[in-house]
Amino acid sequence: MRRLPLNISFTKHTLANGLDVLLHEDHGCPIVAVNLWYHVGSKNERPGHTGFAHLFEHLMFEGSQHYDRGYFQPLQGAGATLNGSTNADRTNYWEVVPSGALELALWMESDRMGYLLPALTDAKFSNQRDVVLNERRQNYENRPYGLAIIALLEALFPPDHPYHWTTIGAIADLQAARLDDMQAFFRRYYRPANASIALAGDINPEDALGLARHYFEDFDPGERAEPVRAAAALSRDERIQFEDRVELPRLYLAWLTPAMFAEGDADLDLATDLLANGKTSRLYRRLVFDARIATDVSASQNSREIAGYTQITATAAPGHALGELEHAILEEIVRLTQSGPTDEEIERGRVQAESQFMLRLQTVGGFGGKSDQLNAYNVFLGDPAYFDRDLARYQAVTGASLRAAAARYLDPARRVTLSVVPQGRTALAAPGSEPVVVS
Amino acid sequence: MTPVPAPRAARVDRSRLPEPGPARSFAFPAIDKSTLANGLRVWTVRHPRVPLVAFTLLIRRGAASDPPGQEGLAAVTADMLDEGSGERSSIEMHEALARLGAQFDTDIGSDATVASLTVLSRFADRALALLSDIVVRPALRENDFTRVRQLRLHRLTQLRDMPGAVADRALLKLLYGTHPYGHLPIGTETTLAAMTLDDVRAFHARAIRPSVATLIAAGDCDHQGVLGLAADTFGDWRGSSDGEVVSTSLPSALSRLHVVPRPRAPQSELRIGQVSAARDTPDYHALVVANTILGGQFVSRINLNLREEKGLTYSARTAFEFRRLSGPFVLQAGVQTSGTARAIEESIGEIAGIRGPRPVTSEELALGVAALTRGYARNFETAEQFGRAALQLALYDLPDDYFEQFVDRTERVTGADVSRVMARHLDPSQLTTLVVGDVDAIAPDLARLGFGEPIVLSSDAY
Repeated sequence: MRRLPLNISFTKHTLANGLDVLLHEDHGCPIVAVNLWYHVGSKNERPGHTGFAHLFEHLMFEGSQHYDRGYFQPLQGAGATLNGSTNADRTNYWEVVPSGALELALWMESDRMGYLLPALTDAKFSNQRDVVLNERRQNYENRPYGLAIIALLEALFPPDHPYHWTTIGAIADLQAARLDDMQAFFRRYYRPANASIALAGDINPEDALGLARHYFEDFDPGERAEPVRAAAALSRDERIQFEDRVELPRLYLAWLTPAMFAEGDADLDLATDLLANGKTSRLYRRLVFDARIATDVSASQNSREIAGYTQITATAAPGHALGELEHAILEEIVRLTQSGPTDEEIERGRVQAESQFMLRLQTVGGFGGKSDQLNAYNVFLGDPAYFDRDLARYQAVTGASLRAAAARYLDPARRVTLSVVPQGRTALAAPGSEPVVVS
Repeated sequence: MTPVPAPRAARVDRSRLPEPGPARSFAFPAIDKSTLANGLRVWTVRHPRVPLVAFTLLIRRGAASDPPGQEGLAAVTADMLDEGSGERSSIEMHEALARLGAQFDTDIGSDATVASLTVLSRFADRALALLSDIVVRPALRENDFTRVRQLRLHRLTQLRDMPGAVADRALLKLLYGTHPYGHLPIGTETTLAAMTLDDVRAFHARAIRPSVATLIAAGDCDHQGVLGLAADTFGDWRGSSDGEVVSTSLPSALSRLHVVPRPRAPQSELRIGQVSAARDTPDYHALVVANTILGGQFVSRINLNLREEKGLTYSARTAFEFRRLSGPFVLQAGVQTSGTARAIEESIGEIAGIRGPRPVTSEELALGVAALTRGYARNFETAEQFGRAALQLALYDLPDDYFEQFVDRTERVTGADVSRVMARHLDPSQLTTLVVGDVDAIAPDLARLGFGEPIVLSSDAY
């Protein structure tokens, strides 16, 4: 088999104030990706103050001291596309600009890193809080099964664990948030020492580094955020249910699993693929294709910085209850943990990983582009060169290691079993499920 | 890691924004084109940056070709393509795809059915052979058909829970009635329940034919190689497709305001639309600029108004959905229940305003044009992007230099053009508003809009 050069070439420079600058040259397209990560997410929030990191991301687009007429306008006028996102572990901001507009993007990114607060008014704050409450209505409250992830995380992680809550936050916390909370949040986390910027694409690395230094190195370093430590453990099968405005009941099974890049993470990633992703997967064949008791099934290893969880989701076909799905899913897990995957399944997993990693090399910017990947490896591992070793984790998975990881982590006696059922149809829930209130 | 020397003395000038330098020119690669004896067009876009190749097979027949009473047939047929071929079962077909690490997808719209397959380029020959089995020689077995149809019926059941899907479907029905564009590709419970495997076989025989097909290869590939493979794998595909879809009459005297009840909904899913321009309109570039300013970007008039000024929504946007026949113009937003009437009033005000009373300013025009043109090159980075770009040319009969000309033609759009094309293609008195929301909570406010009593739609009306 031909060995392909699978890597992202780069140089890394750390400015005196601690800001990491990652540079990657690719002149395939006359564009440059600017990608800035702050190592802060909803896991840095505290109970009663949830949703801050995400609400803050909104405020970052509302203008800063030296350009206070919105963040989008000058960049779009230069032909940029731009966005940002928040998850439990990090917040990222990016622009993809024509090569000639790199300096403009750095001016804008640095202005909001250094000078956001003088421009942050009560009016902007309360407007964006309303927007976020509408985002919550749209993506959670008014969406079928939209509240399931909230119930699932609350059951998987204890109340003092920062993965107990979702990034969007609790309604009451958002309503109680104050402008000075936001200011304190910014001062603590939005600092050079807690950030990493990647410039990828049609750049001259020397010039790009000079521009990054020019715009960012005047800022005080601030402090690198302390690592968050928290423990979670399940001691039983936590069986819960709630009623939703849905036609078909849906079952969620979830287990606590290793954090990203930890031992067992890649094994579980491939295990969930062969269990439930695509028409060749074991659960699709059994539940949807043969028995036809489910309309869909999917699974994922959701690995995060300090913990992970594996989730299997299946929707019952009309006339079938969730207990029936649960029984079949558990049987397939037992079969996997006892006999392991076939050689064919392992080989497919390897070639799919190679293909997925190759697809990731095509774009310099945006979510998941090369600049985003360099920052992910740098922020979570301190090692932007991890791309090929990341792929190697998947190539190293064997039938035995996958079987062992599945046996260790997908324990039927320690899990969360969540049933979401149509209004008034609690009999369709998996047996023995307790009602929970979720909003 | 390289240590960085001590800071330089130069201070950052924050009194003004840096002026962007000139854009490096960008050239869309030439498309190599051939036609096989059976009529299949074979196009190649060479872009060998990464050892991947994206195959796209376009069939210029889609949901608009569904016979009346058989809405959903084109989509079921598309869904049946990858359910096995010859001796290969459905599962075996997907195992073969998985062994290549292939990304396979079928997509169906009003005007087209598209099968796409992206693989590592070392698997190009095997991938093309599979794609041919899928599209040309699907097994079309009864047992698979029963399952596929049943899953689609379940999907329809689930769509009734989703306010956005309900709104999209109800609006199309209102705007187009029995016109070929009046239904979503998935069809309805009634039409799916009546459908048979023979219907699928007949549709495949008359629509999925080489005379209306284009095979596009983009990425790490060369034309002669692709052409040879295509001749080997698609050469014995035969037959011509039926004629083009033609317009039928549209509903007349549409009511202005409709509601689909969703009791206690925290948000109203809002749509405002009308039948508007086709893809071949000479006003295309001006309409794209106009829409960008009105509702096509974050800093559009409508998003700034509803989201950034009033906080009524997470996102509000507009689009002209250009198709081969006259496509819909649609505004969509999820707005908080208490702000429903206000959002409607403001939205219609913005649409009316841009037609003349509040013409675009020179700043708005410059920004809208720049947003569309200056970063245009970023649309051409991946093999899949080149494949999709070529697909646009094939689907809408656009000239080969379309992408080369786009920037220039867009930059020539004037403020007067924007007013003129919006006045021509949008008419506030023809706009229909549809809300999926809590009728009890919003009805009193809606009554004050002056559109008369809102018409409450029952679930069998869409």
